[in-house]
Amino acid sequence: MVTFDLVFPAWQFKGLPPDWPGGFWWHFIVFSIIILAFVLTLVIMFIWFERRTLGRMQARMGPNRVGPFGLLQAMADAIKVMLKEDIVPNGADKLVHLLAPLVAFVPVLMVFAVMPFQDGAALVNLNIGVLYVMAVSSISTLGIFMAGWGSNNKYTLISAMRDVASVVSYEIPVVLSLAGIVLLAGSLSLNDIVRSQAQSVPFVLLQPLGFIVFFLGGMAEINRSPFDLLEADSEIVAGFHTEYSGMKFALFYLAEYAEALVLSTLVATFFLGGWGGPLLPPWLWLIVKSWAVFFVLVWIRATVPRVRIDQLMTFSWKFLFPLALLNLVVTAVEVVAWPEALPVLLIPVNIAVGAVLVILLSRNFKPGGSQVEA
Amino acid sequence: MQSIVFWLLAIVSIAAALSVVSARNVFRAALALVLCFVTVAGLYITLNADFLAAVQVLIYVGGIAVLIVLAIMLTREIQRGSQSNRLRIPAFLLAGLFFAVVAFALVNTGWKISTDDPLVPTTPALASRLIGPDGFILTVEIAAALLLAAVLGAIVLVREK
Repeated sequence: MVTFDLVFPAWQFKGLPPDWPGGFWWHFIVFSIIILAFVLTLVIMFIWFERRTLGRMQARMGPNRVGPFGLLQAMADAIKVMLKEDIVPNGADKLVHLLAPLVAFVPVLMVFAVMPFQDGAALVNLNIGVLYVMAVSSISTLGIFMAGWGSNNKYTLISAMRDVASVVSYEIPVVLSLAGIVLLAGSLSLNDIVRSQAQSVPFVLLQPLGFIVFFLGGMAEINRSPFDLLEADSEIVAGFHTEYSGMKFALFYLAEYAEALVLSTLVATFFLGGWGGPLLPPWLWLIVKSWAVFFVLVWIRATVPRVRIDQLMTFSWKFLFPLALLNLVVTAVEVVAWPEALPVLLIPVNIAVGAVLVILLSRNFKPGGSQVEA
Repeated sequence: MQSIVFWLLAIVSIAAALSVVSARNVFRAALALVLCFVTVAGLYITLNADFLAAVQVLIYVGGIAVLIVLAIMLTREIQRGSQSNRLRIPAFLLAGLFFAVVAFALVNTGWKISTDDPLVPTTPALASRLIGPDGFILTVEIAAALLLAAVLGAIVLVREK
């Protein structure tokens, strides 16, 4: 008899205590609450951290009035936004306008279902984890589309068009860069990937090229600055959420930072060893590593100006895409030719190969030279 | 449990499919198509085909549906809704005939029902069937060549002289 238990063998985890309530529904409820708390708390902390760090990098104070060090600023903003009037523009497609923030936010939350917080402690340990992450995270594009179309506003529509251009192009290098990791770990499960990093070294050392491609491609996919063309305030007001206010706007804002959190935790899980680490408890290692990645995101945001649409396209197709392909080929050859090779030998080889390829490609790469009609 | 989930997904997917063809607003029809794809992925999960479900969402929802929506956005005069023409009744008859044939074939086929436990995990088994020794490697390569030819053809068609 086929049951759900075979697809989701949720309680076959080693990291959970032996007196863990074994039932499917108990596991489901407890981990859903953990994930919600994890996402909401970290998103609020990330918003505060980004505003303070940006302030420091731009030689100003940042929010510092509400609570100690301005820690409660995000809370105050959330209350303010919830009290605002919900405005739906005339001629908008009401149903689509209502559903868009949900479609944008829910998939981001769903990604955390397979995120291991320590060895085996996840909502489900899917053996197709990487594929699941890529599949689910591609849905939230539709939410931005629905917002752009349903608002009955030309700026939101332009923003949605820009989003499809970036998502369709950057999906390919991102998925290809993860293929190298899957080859090395020999599994699509996120927990197995982290476990194989705990046995050897973090994959950032074995896959420096894959790390660069995944990090930059992921930034473009979640529309982080400097790839935040679809919210370019100087050109198209506020992009796809121009016509949103109140709780719906708050959901978009939440989704944006939750996506940044997803990217940070995914980079930490795939490349920086996930929950693995000495002394500290595993879940704290995951948070520390994600936080470090997010700091780099903020740093890049404070440093690099926004790119143009043609630069965005060229960067994906002429720089990241060939790099990801070459990385996959090099990794495949290494896995087949020296399956027992020591990481000590492979690390310098891979870093050298990565550095040579990046320098060679950037020699032939002119970001503004091409023509793009978009 | 299994049958509740099946009927829920089946009802939602058929309702979504019906609204794809009946919605006046093309954009809403495309969104209903997305819902239909997602519920089909859910059906795959109930059949223990987890890889197929993830690929269904990745390709159909993340790729094809996004391109369909983009094409709709780039189409002018879309606000008037979908056009109809005189072929409505012949098309309905033909579709009804097709449905009748498929339903007849489905009901009258003696389906083999496997009593084995489903494979967990599914990906290694799939991979060794596809690209392992005496697998379907030739078919995979032919499909890849076909896709490459299609991409090259598209590039040739849109290239400026």
